Amino acid sequence: MENSNVPFLKNPLEKSIRRFVMPMGEGALAFFGYLGSSCTLLWKTWIGFFMLPWGRLIANGALPWRWRALIHDRQWALVIDQMEKVGVASLPLVFLTSLFTGMVLALQTAYQLQKISAELYIGALVVLSMTRELGPVLTALVMAGQVGASITAEIGTMRVTEQIDALQTLATDPIRYLAVPRFAALLLMLPLLTVYADMIGIFGGYLVGVYKLGIGSTLYMNMTWDALRFKDIFTGLFKAFVFAAIIATISCQEGFETTGGAEGVGHSTTLAVVISFILIIAADCFFTALFYFVFP
Amino acid sequence: MIELINVAKRFNGHQVLDGLNLTIRDGETMVIIGRSGVGKSVLLKHIIGLMVPDEGQVIVDGQEISRLDSSELASLRLKFGMLFQGAALFDSLTVGENVAFPLREHTQMGEEEIRTRVQECLGLVGLKGIEHLKPAELSGGMRKRAGLARALAISPKVILYDEPTTGVDPVMADAINRLIKELHDRLQVTGVAVTHDMVSAYKIADRIAMLHEGKIIQVGTVNEIRSTSNPTVRQFILGISENGSAGGGG
Repeated sequence: MENSNVPFLKNPLEKSIRRFVMPMGEGALAFFGYLGSSCTLLWKTWIGFFMLPWGRLIANGALPWRWRALIHDRQWALVIDQMEKVGVASLPLVFLTSLFTGMVLALQTAYQLQKISAELYIGALVVLSMTRELGPVLTALVMAGQVGASITAEIGTMRVTEQIDALQTLATDPIRYLAVPRFAALLLMLPLLTVYADMIGIFGGYLVGVYKLGIGSTLYMNMTWDALRFKDIFTGLFKAFVFAAIIATISCQEGFETTGGAEGVGHSTTLAVVISFILIIAADCFFTALFYFVFP
Repeated sequence: MIELINVAKRFNGHQVLDGLNLTIRDGETMVIIGRSGVGKSVLLKHIIGLMVPDEGQVIVDGQEISRLDSSELASLRLKFGMLFQGAALFDSLTVGENVAFPLREHTQMGEEEIRTRVQECLGLVGLKGIEHLKPAELSGGMRKRAGLARALAISPKVILYDEPTTGVDPVMADAINRLIKELHDRLQVTGVAVTHDMVSAYKIADRIAMLHEGKIIQVGTVNEIRSTSNPTVRQFILGISENGSAGGGG
């Protein structure tokens, strides 16, 4: 790399130090810039989320014969539409992932526990691993790959084809119109999908425990329920909320920041998935440690 | 009235607008011409507040755009309609929903009224009866006209056109030009168009301004521009490339 913009530097040592330090500074600036704009987006989306017409949701949602009104409500229609794309469309993938994970978990632990004749505890191990860790994390990773990528691709395409500019010229806030419905849908659907994933995972473990290892059906379920505490489910669902906020914020952020045509859309989609993955794993580690120390 | 005073804008160290001054009067159609990549679209985006100048002021009806908060800016934008280069129709919505979009967002009109207004706007641009189609099913020229219908829906006072005739065939370009002229004559809207298509510029303009190296180098009526003595403007309007041979002015 040539430092053509600093021609006064003749000293080679100074030059090489600069060559080393300048990219670090640029990297740090880019990093904090990114952090700043993501936090701003998260903040604005939160405000938008609380500004949603919750009164209308409660008034219409409580009575089944008024659900039609809810579907025709402009704001909630956007959220419901996204909930379908985020939630219902993800059911098959989450089903398969959780089922196989539950089964593999049971088989792998059986491999060890058989040595000490403790296969009975497989049920407890599967349910705790699923609710505390694998349910929320795997669902979040699957959603980041499937839903997060499609959010970034959609918003990114809207950005490069000037549709976001068009929204603004029509005096419509892109955050309210695009980011808030996706954020709300993810925040509502990811915990639900996590509960679903937990149940399917337990079912996977049950299949292996009962039909492969020959543990009694009632005994297996008793071992499962006895081990489970409210805290296990709560911490899992809390993580799911955090992961939902991460996926929604990063995906929308990457979408809004897209530049450079079709190639740019591809690039920011990849980046959104990568950053979401890293943040999900990091947040998982952080919250697991937090719960471990705060609620032992 | 729209005034741009000493507007400057840089992108990644590249000075795009450099102390630009321009006044657009109420009711006139101002055409801004200039080479590709000279910053014509950037100029247009400054007028509607999609971009904020690094220096200088953009004043619309006495209000400085960069000083407005988001709700004031939103209400100011309702006076504007903008036709984007690629039309920028929302491709998740049908054409009818696209045109109805600003009406649903900003007016209390009932569904029946909205349907009437949508048909009226699509009729104005000669696209009656395609409400149910998705933007992807339209040709380039149809998309541009649908984009114009959407811009017209809330009866704006000012319409901004970003390259209205680029990428459409000459016959369609003429139809679009005639449409812009008609809107100006019939509805007395102020028009600001950026283009490098001189046929279009001569046809629709009341006044023409030439943007070159970040500044407006000449403003004048169509006849004044035609008979200009400024060599840069002459070179552009006659479509003469640097080495003197005739070439792509369009």
